[in-house]
Amino acid sequence: MTQNTHTNEPHILPLSLYLGIGAILIGLTVVTVYVSFIHFGAFNLLIAMLIATVKASLVAMYFMHLKYDNKLYMVFFLSALFFLATFIVITMFDTLRRGDIYEIKSGAIRDAVIYDKLSVDTVQGIADSLSVSTDTTDVVIDSSK
Amino acid sequence: MNKIPDTHYLNCKKGIKSWLTTVDHKRIGILYLFSIMFFFFVGGMFAVLLRLELLTPNELYISSDTYNQFFTLHGAIMIFLFIIPAIPAILGNFVLPIMIGAKDVAFPRLNLASWYIYIVGALFAVFSLVSGGVDTGWTFYTPYSTTTTTSVISITLGAFILGFSSIFTGLNFIVTVHKLRSPGMTWFKMPLFVWGMYATALIQVLATPVLGITLALLIMERLIGIGIFDPAMGGDPVLFQHFFWFYSHPAVYIMILPGMAIISEMITAHSHKKIFGYKAIAYSSLGIAFASFIVWGHHMFTSGQSELAAMIFSFLTFFVAIPSGIKVFNWVATLYKGSIAFTTPMLYTLAFLFLFSIGGLTGIFLGALSVDIHLHDTYFIVAHFHYVMVGGTVIAFLGGLHHWWPKMWGRMYNETLAKISCGLIFVGFNMTFFTQFIMGANGMPRRYHLYDEMYRPFHAFSTYGSMVMAVGFFLMAYYLIRSLYNGKPAGNNPWGALTYEWAVSSPPPEHNFDDIPITDHGPYDYDKVVAKSTLTEN
Repeated sequence: MTQNTHTNEPHILPLSLYLGIGAILIGLTVVTVYVSFIHFGAFNLLIAMLIATVKASLVAMYFMHLKYDNKLYMVFFLSALFFLATFIVITMFDTLRRGDIYEIKSGAIRDAVIYDKLSVDTVQGIADSLSVSTDTTDVVIDSSK
Repeated sequence: MNKIPDTHYLNCKKGIKSWLTTVDHKRIGILYLFSIMFFFFVGGMFAVLLRLELLTPNELYISSDTYNQFFTLHGAIMIFLFIIPAIPAILGNFVLPIMIGAKDVAFPRLNLASWYIYIVGALFAVFSLVSGGVDTGWTFYTPYSTTTTTSVISITLGAFILGFSSIFTGLNFIVTVHKLRSPGMTWFKMPLFVWGMYATALIQVLATPVLGITLALLIMERLIGIGIFDPAMGGDPVLFQHFFWFYSHPAVYIMILPGMAIISEMITAHSHKKIFGYKAIAYSSLGIAFASFIVWGHHMFTSGQSELAAMIFSFLTFFVAIPSGIKVFNWVATLYKGSIAFTTPMLYTLAFLFLFSIGGLTGIFLGALSVDIHLHDTYFIVAHFHYVMVGGTVIAFLGGLHHWWPKMWGRMYNETLAKISCGLIFVGFNMTFFTQFIMGANGMPRRYHLYDEMYRPFHAFSTYGSMVMAVGFFLMAYYLIRSLYNGKPAGNNPWGALTYEWAVSSPPPEHNFDDIPITDHGPYDYDKVVAKSTLTEN
C-alpha cells in the first residue's frame, strides 16, 4: 500500500504497434532462416542466438507489456535470466576445463624451505635470549618426519 | 492479572472443517506447526536409532542395508519436511503479516494451497518409507540413484512437490512485503525478521525450480534412460552434482537465514536494547542470499570437477563468511550494555551465538581446498553441518517458538522446565557433535555402518550425547503441550518488545488489527519508547 500500484491500470496500445512488432518478428524469422545457409564458422550459433534474443525481448517488452509495467517486474524478469546465466557460465568452468592440470610454476612454494634444521647458532641464540643454558644437541629439530 | 480475550483466531470458528478450509495466516501457521513437528519427531527417531546402532563398531541390531536407509530417511525427512519449511511456514506465516501491520498475507488461498501441497509431498515421502525405503543419501547422487532398486522415484517426486510448497510460501512473502506494509512502515522500519524472511523468499523462488528440474531429470533418467547423467550415452554424472548443489547450497541459506532473522528479533527484545547495525544486518541478509548462488562447487572439490572450477569456488566461498561475520558481531554488540533478561528465548539466542560461530568457522576450514581434501566425507563434515543446521537453525527455531509461543496460544510455558530443557539440548548437542569433529579429523568416514575399534569411545560418547538431547526434546514436548491447558495467561506483551505483534492481544484477533496501525517509531527504539506494558510489571 505504500507503493505506487499503477500497474493495475490497463495499457491499451494501438493495434498498429502490435502488427508492426509482429511484422518485425516474421522478418527476423526470415533472417534466421536466411543466415543459416551462410557459414560463419564459430559465429553461427552466436548470430542465431542474437536474433532469437532480440525476438524474445520484443515479445516480452510489447506483447507481455513489460515495457509499460512497474520497473520492479523487469528486475525480477532479468534476475531470473541472470541466475540462469550464472549457473551455466560457472558450470562451464568445470565442464570445459575437465582434466586440465595446472602446474604451479612460480617458485615460491616449490622452492620454499619448510622443514629445515635450525642451526646450532640459532638455537644457542634463542637459548641465550631466554637466558636458559641448554645443550644444543638436544633441541635440534628433527627434519626427517 | 493477565486475561485471555474472549474471542480470538483460535476460537472464532469451530470444527475441523473451519481449520481445513481456513485462509487465516495464523491458523495455517498452526496447521504447519503440527505437521512439521510430526516429521521432526519421525526424523529425530531415525537419528536416535542411528546413534544407537553406532554404539558398537559391529552390527548391533540393524543390517548395513537398513542402516543406509535409515540415514537417508533421517536426512531427507529432516531437510525437505522439517528444516526447509519450519521457520518460514510456521513462524513466518504466523508473525510476518502482523509484524508489518497487515491483516493477512497477499494471497491467502495460495497460502492454504501451499500447506496441502506440503501434505501431498509428505505422503509421497511416507510412501517411499513404507515401500522399501531409499538408500542413496539425501543428495540422490547419480549414478547410484539411477541404478539402485529402492524407491528413489517416489521420494524425489515428494521433494519435487514439496518444492512447490516452498515456492508458494516464498512468492507470498515477497508480494506481502512489497504490497501490504502498513502506512509509515518503510523498508528500513521493517523488523529484521521480515528482512530475513524476504531474503529467504528470494532464494526460495529463484533456486527451488532448479531442484525441480534436477529431480525431474533424475526421474526421467530412471524411467526412460535419457542419458543426461550417464557417460555411456554421452552424459555426465558430475553434472547432476552441479544441478543438485545449485539448488541445495542456496537451500542451506533457506534454512539458516530465517534462523538468523529470529535471532535478530530475540536478541534485541530480550536485552531491551536497540539492535546494533540495523542496516548492516538487513543488507547482509541480501548479501548472503546473493553469495549463496555462486559457491555451490565447494561441495564438489573431490568429485572430479576441473581444478579451475575448484579454485574459483574455493575463492568465492570465503565471501560468505563476510556477511555472516557482520551479523554475529552486530548481535554481540547489541548485547553490550543491554539489560539482558535470561529468559528461555535469550538462552537459545546465546546458545545460537556459540554453536553457529563454531559451525560457521569450521565451514571456512572446509572451504579451503587443501584442507577439504583431507576432511571431505568424514564426520568432520557431519559435525560442521549439524553445528550450522541444528546449532544454528534448529536452536533459533526453538528459541523463536518459545519467543512467540505466548503470542500463538495466549499462555506461558513453565520457564523452569524450559530452561532445563534448553540446557539438556545444549549439552547433549555438544556431546554428540563436538566428538564428531575429533573423529572426523582423525579420519572416521561418514555414512559407515561398521567402523574401526579406535573410534569406539568417540561414537559411544556421541550416542550418549544424543540421548541427553532426546530427553531435552521430550521434556520440551511435555511442557509445551501442558502449557496449552494450564499455562498462565501471557498478556499482550510478556517480553516488553516493540514490534507490532506484541501490540495485539494474545492470541491475536481473527483479523489481527481493528484499525491499520501507523508506525511512529522503529521496531527497536527501546531508547526512545518505554515499553509500558509488562516491562514494568515484571
